[in-house]
Amino acid sequence: MVNPNVEGKKYPATAPYLVGREKIREFAHAVMSTNPVNLDVFAAQAAGYTDVVAPPTFAVVIQERSLSTVLADPEADIDFSRVVHGDQRFVHVRPIVAGDELTSTLKVASVKSLGGHSMVTFETEIFDAQNQLVSTAISTLVVRGDE
Amino acid sequence: MTHINLASLEVGQEIGSKEFLLTRDSLVRYAGASGDFNPIHYRDDFAKSVGLAGVLAHGMLTMGVAVQVAANWVGDAGKVIDYGVRFTKPVFVDAAEGAVVLVTGKIGEIDAENGVVRIDLSVVYNETTVLGKAQAKVRL
Repeated sequence: MVNPNVEGKKYPATAPYLVGREKIREFAHAVMSTNPVNLDVFAAQAAGYTDVVAPPTFAVVIQERSLSTVLADPEADIDFSRVVHGDQRFVHVRPIVAGDELTSTLKVASVKSLGGHSMVTFETEIFDAQNQLVSTAISTLVVRGDE
Repeated sequence: MTHINLASLEVGQEIGSKEFLLTRDSLVRYAGASGDFNPIHYRDDFAKSVGLAGVLAHGMLTMGVAVQVAANWVGDAGKVIDYGVRFTKPVFVDAAEGAVVLVTGKIGEIDAENGVVRIDLSVVYNETTVLGKAQAKVRL
């Protein structure tokens, strides 16, 4: 079971992640995007962006960096082999674009027990190099209890 | 910039529909692009050893694919300002056949004051809804 005492615990900022243009294209192809602003620099600039725009779910890459810190935290006691992704949400202040240098901080928003399982909700805030909030990623993991 | 006239929209109106074929290649590609290398997404033996019927798609892949219907409707993927889903059922991806996911978007809510439209996405595989409460808010 996940330690309920980690509810409210905050984890420090991750090392900066530099968002590459080709990484955005690679991710866009992987999620089958044909949206020009994801792929074409000129289309992105015509739409008012400085460079190609990351697809709406790209922020998961940044979220994972924070989540891996929690999963490695012995105090949280999360058995990754028992983890199932319950739900996921992204709230974007602005889209992530190529050239962004992003860091993220994570807070354990809640730990709940439900029928022998734990449900843990994480809120990851993603900031740019000017320390402005870009996105918030909210993820709930279900950790199956011992059968 | 946008070609959509807010006043012409109605709640319940369908905005688009698309079939996506997820193959094992798609899963490997997504694993590489996202950094999620959980072997349940590419190894049958491993998937079976943890009690699954077979290799399944990353929930985040299905989520990422589904929102394309909303992004294509608005024309600019950067206008998707809020997107959430619940992962309700797995998408099993057959090694030979793959899996077809049908995504249909409908207008769920119109916030004319802020120029924001909520798109409700139906995401169906094998006649089963695999993402619950899949909602994307787009700014027009």
